[in-house]
Amino acid sequence: MSRRIIHDHNHDGIDRRGFLECMAWVGTGALCVLSGGVLKSYALSEAPQAAEALSGADFSFVQISDSHIGFNKAANPDVSATLQAAIDKINALPTRPSFVLHTGDITQLSKPEEFDTAAQILKNLKTDQIFYVPGEHDVLDQTGKLYRDRHGMNSQGDGWYSFNAKGAHFVGLVNVMNLKAGGLGYLGDEQLEWLEKDLAGVSNSTPIVAFAHIPLWSVYPEWGWGTDDSARALSYLKRFGSVTVLNGHIHQTMRKVEGNVTFHTAMSTAFPQAAPGTPNASPGPMAVPAGQLRDVLGVTSAQFARGQHALAVTDSTLSGASAAAMPMVSQTGGNR
Amino acid sequence: MKKVLLTAIALLFAAFPAYTALQAGGKPAAVGAKGEKVFTITIKDFMFSSSDLHVPVGSKVTWLNQDEEPHTVVEINRAFSSTALDTDEKFTYQFKRAGKYKFFCTLHPRMTGTITVEAR
Repeated sequence: MSRRIIHDHNHDGIDRRGFLECMAWVGTGALCVLSGGVLKSYALSEAPQAAEALSGADFSFVQISDSHIGFNKAANPDVSATLQAAIDKINALPTRPSFVLHTGDITQLSKPEEFDTAAQILKNLKTDQIFYVPGEHDVLDQTGKLYRDRHGMNSQGDGWYSFNAKGAHFVGLVNVMNLKAGGLGYLGDEQLEWLEKDLAGVSNSTPIVAFAHIPLWSVYPEWGWGTDDSARALSYLKRFGSVTVLNGHIHQTMRKVEGNVTFHTAMSTAFPQAAPGTPNASPGPMAVPAGQLRDVLGVTSAQFARGQHALAVTDSTLSGASAAAMPMVSQTGGNR
Repeated sequence: MKKVLLTAIALLFAAFPAYTALQAGGKPAAVGAKGEKVFTITIKDFMFSSSDLHVPVGSKVTWLNQDEEPHTVVEINRAFSSTALDTDEKFTYQFKRAGKYKFFCTLHPRMTGTITVEAR
């Protein structure tokens, strides 16, 4: 995947080809491997590479996102089945993930029965623990109480928290509350002050994984795909040698590297959304031809291994269709 | 000649309210049970069909969500606030005071609009 960036118009480390390559990951889940402070990701469909990455890893975890339990429209009439398929995929990994991160939009409409159904299905995950952050669909009551009653036990404020795992520091952030008219995702002063304090005691060499629902980088502000005050959060993360930012919300995989920070968004387990800026499209559920849905849904895995530089992050689709089998890839064919 | 002029003026007045409503992107007003004007703003593709609607005081405005995505309609100072509207759900508010009301979707805050309520 390594190659030179030829046309970096926006100085963001992404040229058109790179963008298309990123888009080729659409619909895969990802396996993240933290290896010596470096998070590496693999498509779950890249099983051999992922297995290799896992064998040298200190530990691994999986990210799932946007399960939208309760959604029942044309884009996916059975979101419970696709969430279960994602779980089956994770349970079949060669190495059992230490834990799973769910980056929000667990439910479609924040209904108690939707939270209950999601919890029932997610019980089938073979892992030690599931860590959550809310998506905007999980806080439709505008207070987030329903969400926090279930998943906010050890959290602060609207549901943010941190924890340490095997030498890495994880920060779960909430950027779907108190949104401002005309704005994007929002962290707010209280949470940012907490974050600054939380990180104060963490050494520069500790790998950091920050996760939140809405991207903490400007993916496509025209569709609300960014966070107003993420720059301040990222300023606190600058001094760390390895930072991985994991988000959901946009229902497709995208990746960007900016200095020591790797940004990664995961696929949904429920339905895809259009690529940013697609003409005549909006950031809502997108129906794909029958039989192709599981090519565009998936999970993300990450592996950590000591002595290496980044977390290995892998995306893989529910169908097992490799990224290479997807239409976007043909546009980058021969250049990879 | 005088008659023609009067007719023209009458036509102008008759046409004007409809014109302003259309100009603002809202549907021409219907009339409610108590004679109040009723406007509808549809929500489609993450947009309000009218983002700058002018209505006379006393009017009712109904927001109708035609997206597969839930949306809310909330005035920035919380003068009115809907719950989450799923597909085909609606929210109505009656404007009893003149003024400017800026509203947005709290889930997708890029979606904004203004209702200007004009004194009679």
